[in-house]
Amino acid sequence: MAWSPDQPIVSIQNVYKSFGPVEVLKGVSFDVMKGEVICIIGPSGSGKSTLLRCINALVPIDRGSIMVEGQEVHDPDLDKLELRKKVGMVFQQYNLFPHKTALQNVMMAPIHVLKQDKAEVEARARRLIRKVRLEGKEDAYPGELSGGQQQRVAIARSLAMNPDIMLFDEVTAALDPETVKEVLVTIRELAEEGMTCLLVTHEMGFAREIADHIYFTDGGVIVEHGPPKTFFKEARDPRTREFLSQIL
Amino acid sequence: MFDLISDFFRTLYEETGWNFVIFYEEYEWSRFVDAIWVSLKLIAASLIFSVLVGVIGAWAQGSPMRWLRLVMAGYIQFFRNTPPYVQLLFFYFVVGNLTPKVDMGGYYEPLIDSFGWAVISLSFFAGAFNVEIFRAGIEAVPTATREAAESLGYTRLKAYLYIILPLAFRVSLPALNNNLVNLVKTTTQAYAIAVPEMLYTLNQVWSDNVNVEEMMIVLFIYYVGLVAILVWGMHRWEKAMRVPGYG
Ligand SMILES: Nc1ncnc2c1ncn2[C@@H]1O[C@H](COP(=O)(O)OP(=O)(O)O)[C@@H](O)[C@H]1O
Ligand SMILES: [Mg+2]
Repeated sequence: MAWSPDQPIVSIQNVYKSFGPVEVLKGVSFDVMKGEVICIIGPSGSGKSTLLRCINALVPIDRGSIMVEGQEVHDPDLDKLELRKKVGMVFQQYNLFPHKTALQNVMMAPIHVLKQDKAEVEARARRLIRKVRLEGKEDAYPGELSGGQQQRVAIARSLAMNPDIMLFDEVTAALDPETVKEVLVTIRELAEEGMTCLLVTHEMGFAREIADHIYFTDGGVIVEHGPPKTFFKEARDPRTREFLSQIL
Repeated sequence: MFDLISDFFRTLYEETGWNFVIFYEEYEWSRFVDAIWVSLKLIAASLIFSVLVGVIGAWAQGSPMRWLRLVMAGYIQFFRNTPPYVQLLFFYFVVGNLTPKVDMGGYYEPLIDSFGWAVISLSFFAGAFNVEIFRAGIEAVPTATREAAESLGYTRLKAYLYIILPLAFRVSLPALNNNLVNLVKTTTQAYAIAVPEMLYTLNQVWSDNVNVEEMMIVLFIYYVGLVAILVWGMHRWEKAMRVPGYG
């Protein structure tokens, strides 16, 4: 069954996941449409990172289904490379390759994994570095960049694979307050260009402004969700209200 | 070279009795030069293969296949816990006897000669330590770095080659350095299976000329020099691989 853009680009159905005796996801379901920006919020340990990592098959699920562009992610015959071309991921700790310069970090995967032409990749990488406002830092090593700069290189590195969907896992949580903004600006631009984005974030102001839909998770389930306008004003569940009162 | 030094050493011998015969007699000089080549070839081949064994072995040790990990564990136990000298004898006399001989047109030569067995034996010996050294380096690479590679579509092998190994190498270099210095010194044990390297050759020289003391001095200076060159090279390499803001 071929996927068409009027169907959900990511469809999560009743997903369960345990690590040993610890049940982390207990039946999570939601759909994301192409071009949508969704934010996942919730207390630490509620399974937000695990959920994102299940979407690009870094972590296998126990039960349920995750479809990306109509493809079951946890089908044992799945071509993982195909999935990872479609889904980019940015981590809290940036996870740049420390032995490579910013430009090389952006160029590596398209050359090694996609076997694309080096000159072509370099031109695209330089464009992406400009796009994340790091002109002049092409030859700097990650150790010479600030957290915010490293995170923007990490975003450019993911974008170099031309993904259809971007996953952001608390990408500003490890940053100084001053540099948070520069990363958020980059993400907002991406969202405005129509990139499908799934963000785990504690930046409520940003979530309210950028998200089409907000999901609140606690204890491995989605407790409450809605568009930001109503979500922040009319949260009903006491767990949501408590979380929001602590963080706002 | 020989012409330059031979007069000096001949005079030295005639006036003091210090007999560096390898530096003034043409025949002994050619034996000495051959020994340099054999020992350098032996060292270079063993260094290269032992590092390859280390790189491939460390990869195999992280394999999801249990039997492969078991084979690696057995290999490391065997080579780490037995004397390299015994390993040499074992390879040459036991394994060597089991390998086929090749028809050279009338006479038969072993497929692998004593030099070949020395390289194999020494490479596996030092390789067992290199596997452990690289494994420690690999374990120092954060899981997060692996995941970043994986989420960019890297397979296990590609992530190992392009990301994990280069990072692990930097961590491993000081320990690798030590092990390779040891390997250089251990190559003299090829003496046991008559590989005409430096120790074997100078031993023949001093048997023929009764000049043990002089040849011992040559041996010490030779190995001090070799190890110094190796250490210097490894430090240069370490420097060249250093990355700003990392390690
Ligand atoms: N690889 C793992 N092995 C074991 N437990 C894990 C693993 N990853 C996550 N967990 C556990 O799963 C729970 C949810 O973690 P996580 O998804 O990181 O939550 P969040 O991102 O919402 O803070 C935590 O209790 C964490 O300890
Ligand atoms: Mg998390």
